[in-house]
Amino acid sequence: MFIPCDRGGGSAAPDFKGFTLLMPAVSVGNVGQLAIDLVISTLNMTKVGYFYTDCLVPMVGNNPYATAEENSTELSINAEVYSLPSKKLVVLQIRSPFIKNKYRPFCETLLSWVKSSNCARLILLSSSHAYQRDDEQLLGTPLRYLLTPDLEITVGGRMQELNWKEMEKVAAYPGISDTDKVLHIPGGGITKLLFTESCSKGIQMAVLLKFCSEGDNIPDAFVLVNYLNEWLQLIKSDVSTVGSEWKIPSSWRLLFGNGLPPALF
Amino acid sequence: MATFFGEVVVAPSRAGLDEEEEAREETPEDREIRREIEKKREIDVLWTWKSGGCGEELLVCSRFIVAIGRNAAAFLSSFILDSVCWEVVGVVKLWNEWCRTSSTTNVLPTDSFCLFYRLIADPTVLLCQCSCYVAEDQQFQWLEKVFGSMQKKGLQVTILSTCPVADYKTQESTLTLASPFLKALKTKEFQDQVCCPLLEQPNIVRDLPAA
Repeated sequence: MFIPCDRGGGSAAPDFKGFTLLMPAVSVGNVGQLAIDLVISTLNMTKVGYFYTDCLVPMVGNNPYATAEENSTELSINAEVYSLPSKKLVVLQIRSPFIKNKYRPFCETLLSWVKSSNCARLILLSSSHAYQRDDEQLLGTPLRYLLTPDLEITVGGRMQELNWKEMEKVAAYPGISDTDKVLHIPGGGITKLLFTESCSKGIQMAVLLKFCSEGDNIPDAFVLVNYLNEWLQLIKSDVSTVGSEWKIPSSWRLLFGNGLPPALF
Repeated sequence: MATFFGEVVVAPSRAGLDEEEEAREETPEDREIRREIEKKREIDVLWTWKSGGCGEELLVCSRFIVAIGRNAAAFLSSFILDSVCWEVVGVVKLWNEWCRTSSTTNVLPTDSFCLFYRLIADPTVLLCQCSCYVAEDQQFQWLEKVFGSMQKKGLQVTILSTCPVADYKTQESTLTLASPFLKALKTKEFQDQVCCPLLEQPNIVRDLPAA
């Protein structure tokens, strides 16, 4: 599944032992993917390989993080891996939707790669439909987290310190009391599947998600990436500055269409 | 989501289809149905040069030109292909909701087809005309089956396809853009001169040409 980039010199596959793997779920508003774009762009991460998979719709374009003429012509495809060894961080970016019936095969292959590459933990950035919140969820923070039992042991305490809110379980049959409570993440794409599979496979995995709706999801991406930063401290977060230190990639241009024809006015 | 008129509609998510169905466990009946559909959607690549049709021999190919979509296929028909210099060496048989191709190599321009031609003067030059739509779940299969039959050393692949001008993202309006126009994407291994500007961010290519 993972194909390392040929960086010349016949170098072996990169070593991710002990690294944190950060990846998005293709979910409502594409918030996870936008947040990952901010991480890769700001930290100027190096591409180290890609996933050769039949689970995602194919796409290709030129380098979405281009900053100048010189670096704008490297091809970029639907599932690529970037790394920053100084922070022991490896990031997978997914750029297209899943093909029908391919959620499960992708999750299985991904988790077996996580195990074989000895990543210490997996963090998934995701989102869920804001309109499906219940009365309590409508108040307070729209951010939630989830931890697999294996990761709860090591970072559960940190979540308490940060005063984060765990994703609530909902009744399996709404309206009927005394039913089992289940995890329900509408609009979350592979989030729930990946989380439940990680729990059963003993993988240290966390989900960070935001309730949102479709629209201009750039602010949602900033909120989510700042949430992540509270924990991982990827960049220095200066409380006094109103603006963010995250760098918007050049590929975010024209998200809402082209310029208007002058003849319209 | 509530609209201005007070009706509640389900807004489609850019993230794709609802995942609840995916997360559900499959019953044996579901599995059987899914397998049957997968079998129906399997694509067959039939090469006429393979003796007995099932040899493991690979086609030695130095240049492979693939025209995807009706416009690109028509371009090849009008300017490149003829029955004197080119011979048919393969055909793809597939079915999906949009089209069906057959294993016949005698096609009309209005048919949906996917044919492979070889230059008689230089049999390592291969050409593919794919005017049929290859669905998302078939694209990977097409790729593996077609390229799996080739010896890929020193292979140069050129993909020709078209996109609507309205899909092109640019600062100005596409109304004032001089169309049609050419744009290219190339791998870093491609060293030759490209005949047109490269595709600027944030434009992308998807489906079979991307695959």
